[in-house]
Amino acid sequence: MSNVIEKQIELKAPVSRVWRALTDHNEFGEWFRVKLENPFVPGKIARGRILYPGYEHLTMEVVVKTMEPETLFSFTWHPYAIDPKKDYSSEPQTLVEFRLAPKGSGTLLTLAESGFDALPKERAFEAFRMNEGGWTAQMKNIERHVSA
Amino acid sequence: MSALSVRRAEIKNRAAIFAALGDETRLSLIGTLSGGEPQSISRLAQGSQLTRQAITKHLRVLEGAGMVHSIRAGRESLFELRPKPLKDAQAYLERVSGQWDDALARLKSFVEK
Repeated sequence: MSNVIEKQIELKAPVSRVWRALTDHNEFGEWFRVKLENPFVPGKIARGRILYPGYEHLTMEVVVKTMEPETLFSFTWHPYAIDPKKDYSSEPQTLVEFRLAPKGSGTLLTLAESGFDALPKERAFEAFRMNEGGWTAQMKNIERHVSA
Repeated sequence: MSALSVRRAEIKNRAAIFAALGDETRLSLIGTLSGGEPQSISRLAQGSQLTRQAITKHLRVLEGAGMVHSIRAGRESLFELRPKPLKDAQAYLERVSGQWDDALARLKSFVEK
């Protein structure tokens, strides 16, 4: 699937520690900056007030999909808050997946966000690249971002 | 128009852009039009399995999302690409991507402390 923002990061903490930081709603809230009112449970909604400066009046709401201990945590939501004054309910829902794998004594975390209303991003951009050199530079920017 | 309704229009527009792009035929039409040259419907239908009517329908969807516009040339309509909406969609994905960079950096310092 090409309709994906994907990030990989190595964390100097064991998988069990990272799993807790992701799936314990209080710990998640600490780094994500949201005050979640209820724990993550597959099939259930978790919601809470965003604590990120400037976005405090927004409510975050996710529907938990999968919780495979120390392997995969996923939920759907309306894409990441961007405009504090915006109503996100008309946005397409995207799927967010955190995949964990041990790496030495640490953890390799892979984040993927997909489903921007079935926007096949790379294919769309490929069409441009093939036809117009001017888009190549734009593409490089995207690639740099998504592969960072 | 108030600032709020401008924003609502932008959101609606972006959803339309993403929806417009979520189709093979429309992507390939955009690919063809991104050469910069305005094209007629019959030209765009060439080498495609689709009828002119079907091509026209897809072009209207792209037009509705502001991604192409038509120009009258004698008896036929020519369609031309408007690149701005696609650039806007790219910029949007870049911002989403950047916010994940920030969030993951915060996660990193959280679990490594």
